[in-house]
Amino acid sequence: MTALPRTVLRGVALAGAATLALTACGGGSADDGGTAGEPVDTGSVLEDGGELLVWAWEPTLEQVVEDFEAEYPNVDVELANVGTGNDAYTALQNAIAAGSGVPDVAQVEYYALPQFAIAESLADLGGLGASELDGTFTPGPWASVQQGDGIYGLPMDSGPMALFYNEEVFTQHGVAVPTTWDEYVEAGRALHAADPEVYITSDSGDAGFTTSMIWQAGGKPYTVDGTDVTIDFTDEGSARFAEMWQQMVDEELVSPVAGWSDEWYQGLGNGTIASLIIGAWMPANLESGVEAAAGKWRVAPMPQWEAGGSDTAENGGSALSVTAASEQQELAYAFIEYANAGDGVQTRIDGGAFPATVAELESEEFLGKEFPYFGGQKVNEVLAQSAQGVVEGWQYLPFQVYANSIFNDTVGQAYVSDITLAEGLADWQEASVAYGNEQGFTVSD
Amino acid sequence: MTASTAPTGVPADAAPVAARPGRPHRATPVRRAARGSSRPRRSVLLTLTTGIVLVYSLVPLAWLLINATKTQSSLFGSFGLWFSGDFALFSNLAQTLTYDDGIFVRWLGNTLLYVVAGAGGATALAVIGGYGLAKFSFPGKRGVFAVVIGAVAVPGTALAVPTFLMFSRMGLTNTPWSVIIPSLISPFGLYLMWTFAAEAIPTELLEAARMDGASEWRTFFRISLPLLAPGIVTVLLFTMVATWNNYFLPLIMLRDPDWYPLTLGLNAWNAQATTAGGEAIFNLVITGALLTILPLIAAFLLLQRYWQSGLAAGSVKE
Repeated sequence: MTALPRTVLRGVALAGAATLALTACGGGSADDGGTAGEPVDTGSVLEDGGELLVWAWEPTLEQVVEDFEAEYPNVDVELANVGTGNDAYTALQNAIAAGSGVPDVAQVEYYALPQFAIAESLADLGGLGASELDGTFTPGPWASVQQGDGIYGLPMDSGPMALFYNEEVFTQHGVAVPTTWDEYVEAGRALHAADPEVYITSDSGDAGFTTSMIWQAGGKPYTVDGTDVTIDFTDEGSARFAEMWQQMVDEELVSPVAGWSDEWYQGLGNGTIASLIIGAWMPANLESGVEAAAGKWRVAPMPQWEAGGSDTAENGGSALSVTAASEQQELAYAFIEYANAGDGVQTRIDGGAFPATVAELESEEFLGKEFPYFGGQKVNEVLAQSAQGVVEGWQYLPFQVYANSIFNDTVGQAYVSDITLAEGLADWQEASVAYGNEQGFTVSD
Repeated sequence: MTASTAPTGVPADAAPVAARPGRPHRATPVRRAARGSSRPRRSVLLTLTTGIVLVYSLVPLAWLLINATKTQSSLFGSFGLWFSGDFALFSNLAQTLTYDDGIFVRWLGNTLLYVVAGAGGATALAVIGGYGLAKFSFPGKRGVFAVVIGAVAVPGTALAVPTFLMFSRMGLTNTPWSVIIPSLISPFGLYLMWTFAAEAIPTELLEAARMDGASEWRTFFRISLPLLAPGIVTVLLFTMVATWNNYFLPLIMLRDPDWYPLTLGLNAWNAQATTAGGEAIFNLVITGALLTILPLIAAFLLLQRYWQSGLAAGSVKE
């Protein structure tokens, strides 16, 4: 029952994606998907009101919608959770391909945004007022929502990476919290040697993690210029990451438990997974999902390649975008501006989200907040610091959703068979290049 | 079920007489089987195999029951097949029913709607169609037979995607109709009713009714329907289980969580744990799953004797 439907469903989604990508390329650069009108006079649009359909899985949006409707009673926002990540993109692609039931606003992760933007499924918000928001958001997320000259979404949250660790486990085994990747590998060995049940982290092959790690290491495997794409996993940054992580995999220092599974939550709770290198949105997940370890976790800056450095990368995070098919783009824009750059931001921070807006990231209240779960640590100080250090110039593929879906068939094999990560990355590159060319992109490696 | 399908004003002379000729046909195989088991031949191997199968099918249920009594944190911190920590069943139940403004109750209502409209409708169509095919001759009957047999062989899953594309063109996706309409068709139910009606209703009885001047509808409702009751319950159970557990069809048809059936809703809850910022609610997923299977268990226990006699229908030629 489970295997077949997924495959069929993916088939539908891919067929949809294929059509979209092809039409996109056929159309050339005649015009961008959205309206190129005047900046929205949000006041009057909100006054006139209307109905909006929003597809998002971010839990803090519920409160935002409630507040928004209270403030603008003429607007009726229907918030639907149609699935998380990939499920949501499949749904969105199906709706767009079917031409009916397309939401006005959709939550799209940064890595998936180029795919929808280049297929002209999303509206260019530049003309609606987004171009005036330059400087409102931190550079990483702000760059992520731009594609060519267009702005295809407003950043909702961000995931500058940090080292989340279980202090009790580190102290118990007398292992210092690593600040560089060399120390990290050493710490991994020490922890696992002290207690064979304990692993410094878990990784069974995760595309988001791998690309973010390469990003921090200074790798730029993807270069995208319109429909000209280059994929190259042999650059220095990618190699640096692959070499270091290969040791972790070879010496079995990473737990083979898959991220977000119930074993993973269990491991985070009982100390057998001692740390995570993950995005700044993690505190809320720990608080709700890993109650058992309350008070034991702490946050430290991401380990560095050069001692004393401060390079980081983004991991996850998503934007709210207005669809090209929406008939109420102005109203939809007014809503996402409220949610992501207006009053909604504070509401979402109160709900546990990590913002992408500069003002909030710099506010005393935000930085000074003490987290009981983290033993009273002012976690946001570390995380906001990380947001400053995000390495510039990273790009995702315009077909990253597909590429990530084949990650486990290629790089993932390095975790279960005797091929190396570098070989796996080469396979991934090859498969991605082939797919991109099939889709009508000009891809070289 | 029998009570609701049997007509209330059955003429005292018609129904009992009508029922009698049919009964022995169906009762015989059951009685024969019963006689066989009164002289049991013990087989260690058979007992052992049955025992293993029994344990195999009951362990997941026991696991579900035990773990529905645990809190989120004791779920991870304790042995799976025994109780541990506070007995949290009632708070889990309360939370399940109230979480997210009681969306679980809404999903339960949706599932009931799909079962009543979909499985009920499918049964009604199968009964009418099966009766017609069994008791009337008309040109093209062989063709219909071939189509029905062919349709039994095609899994519904294979048709879900084409159905989705068709429905989306008709603007029906993301509405309850997109789940109910495909559920109305049950080729297997039709085939079962067909063979059952052919066995259970003597043609002579219908001829007698016609001679007495009863219209076809009257004959159907007053005479045939009561005779078909065991078969109807069987088909109803089949379609009910299929609709209750239906996952793939609603998965691709529905986007609005307000129209989700329980299967999709529980999956959505489970997926919350895999989201940045999502709330992990494994304890509610487990309690919800327990609540989801209870009505099915009840239906089986209450209707099991019909289920057995219905399954045997048509298996023995007399």
